Amino acid sequence: MKDNFGIRLTGFVLLLIFCFGVSQGYSKDLHVKPDGTMRSIKQALLLSNNGDRIIIYAGRYTEGNIIVDKSVSLIGKDNPVIDGEGKGEIFTVTANDVIIDGLIIQNAGISYVQENAGIRLKEIERCIIRNNKLIRNFFAIYLAKSSDCLIENNEIQSAGTTESSSGNGIHLWSCRKITIKDNTITGHRDGIYFEFVKEGNIIGNVSEHNLRYGLHFMFSDSCMYSKNIFRDNSAGVAVMYTKSVTMTGNTFEHNWGPSSYGILLKDISDSEITKNVFIGNSTGLYIEGSIRMKIKNNEFIRNGWAIKLMANSYANIFSENNFIGNSFDVATNSRSNFSTFQGNYWSAYSGYDLDRDGVGDVPFRPVTLFSIITQQQPASLILLRSFFISILDVAEKMIPVLTPETLMDTKPMMRRIL
Amino acid sequence: MDGTAKILKFELQDVLRSKWMILYALFFLLLTEGLFRFGGNQSKVILSLMNIVLIIIPLVSIVFGTMYLYHSREFIELLLSQPIERKKIFWGVYSGLAIPLSAGFVLGVSIPSLMYGIHTSQEAGMMGMLIVAGVFLTFIFVALSFSISIRYEDRLKGLGLSILLWFFFAIMYDGIVLILIYTFGDYPLEKAMIGVSLLNPIDIARTLLLLQFDISALMGYTGAVFHKFFAGWTGMIISVVFLMLWVGIPLFSGQRIFNRKDF
Repeated sequence: MKDNFGIRLTGFVLLLIFCFGVSQGYSKDLHVKPDGTMRSIKQALLLSNNGDRIIIYAGRYTEGNIIVDKSVSLIGKDNPVIDGEGKGEIFTVTANDVIIDGLIIQNAGISYVQENAGIRLKEIERCIIRNNKLIRNFFAIYLAKSSDCLIENNEIQSAGTTESSSGNGIHLWSCRKITIKDNTITGHRDGIYFEFVKEGNIIGNVSEHNLRYGLHFMFSDSCMYSKNIFRDNSAGVAVMYTKSVTMTGNTFEHNWGPSSYGILLKDISDSEITKNVFIGNSTGLYIEGSIRMKIKNNEFIRNGWAIKLMANSYANIFSENNFIGNSFDVATNSRSNFSTFQGNYWSAYSGYDLDRDGVGDVPFRPVTLFSIITQQQPASLILLRSFFISILDVAEKMIPVLTPETLMDTKPMMRRIL
Repeated sequence: MDGTAKILKFELQDVLRSKWMILYALFFLLLTEGLFRFGGNQSKVILSLMNIVLIIIPLVSIVFGTMYLYHSREFIELLLSQPIERKKIFWGVYSGLAIPLSAGFVLGVSIPSLMYGIHTSQEAGMMGMLIVAGVFLTFIFVALSFSISIRYEDRLKGLGLSILLWFFFAIMYDGIVLILIYTFGDYPLEKAMIGVSLLNPIDIARTLLLLQFDISALMGYTGAVFHKFFAGWTGMIISVVFLMLWVGIPLFSGQRIFNRKDF
């Protein structure tokens, strides 16, 4: 009997503790509906505590600037629309551990004074922004001095017409350890913008039809971007003033225009460019002032210029790349060369392989006389693929007079590298 | 036009019987076949074909045309003794040579391409433009050969002049253009270059083909000017009009001489 009571008592106490625990330590859900008891997100935020979930149901919410200053999850059910009506910012997140999931956020106001964003993360940690749709915002997602955040699976679109009246898709300034994954970004100024970011990962995103760069990357050491697609951006991708960047498995496609590049590298050192595909760009890879770059296993297909290598770059190694059907394989601005080309496949190579080891017996000089002529006299581009020019190129290949003597592939491959 | 049609029919039979025409078609057939089989990727094949089209077709057309006209001189004199208008004879003989030559090229190139498959619309565009350019060049250089061989009685002189003309258009002209570019390099030359390139049929064909192959190289500062002109409808129409003029002018001047000539 006594034992029985003891068991009951402990059971009761445990139950009490459990209930207490639930009410205190476990989060509650707040439901925001256009026709419910709670009609605005601001009101829900006011009533919420850290760790609560705010469920936002379908409807249109126009609440101006919403400041999220508690660690809550904002979760959209059936695509609720948060409309900024073209005035100011929409979400400003100032608390850690915030989750924003499944919302449609549109019309953050264009401003020439402030950088209004659809979602701004301000000096915070551990936030997750995922499955949102951001439409016609000035800036879409803006991270400043934040760390350990995840931006995943968002659809970001805008219809910018001029660079000055259009902001960036995903903008990072002075951040650490941010992962940007599987987003699609179109119609912004720069698709993804990195400035003073450390240890950022950009994976599996599609950035296309942006007004300036698909990815704009500056002063951001130790970052990695892989498996992204950068297509039809009016200036391609720019990576500048950075060291230790890994660029691998990306596709740079159809970046056309007078100053358009697959990748523009300026003052980059000790970085890797591997397994990328460059198709149909005006210039595939533009390299200026870059040191100790490893460029390996890339495909350069049907670009105007596969590589433009400026002579202020040195100790770069180009190996095992495929150069197929480019109008010009390599162009340079000097007779000096301080980089190494070895073991690449060049579709323009016409040498032989007597010992059948798969390596051509005569070196290949990728810089043609004509590429030098077009550097000096751009109008001569109209003679591209002329028979006369082919004769000149062949003559120059026999006895290099104007082309850089040391810029050659001593071990050109006979077959495409798979 | 009945007379022309009859002569055309006879000429066609005559030309098809000659083994040269078969060889010409076979050359393109084997070349294209070989390129597709060993050349690897499609665009490389079409690029190699482009060089052949721009060099070989003008050469064969102008040399073969000149030789053919000298060769069939007796036949033409026989025709002239008949009550047929001279104009009709001229057109019959011309089309009797230009049509089978271009047919040989078109068949030789298109059969392997269709067999190996043109996969993308881009490749189809390249191939289509290549064939159009090849046919135009055939008609132009046969016309040039006629205007030469009718003008000069001396076979050696005529043949030499034909080869010289080919050499001028295929090689020397671009050399002169390059010298011009270096001489006047300080001026904006893009528009002038478009004009200059329209004066050489091989250059027109080449620039039209460039838009299919090297479009990405043409997107730079200078290339954009060329691209804008040649890719737009007006540029395309102007190019085709100039190509037609290149067929028409030598042909009509040839015909005029042919009408007055005392055989």
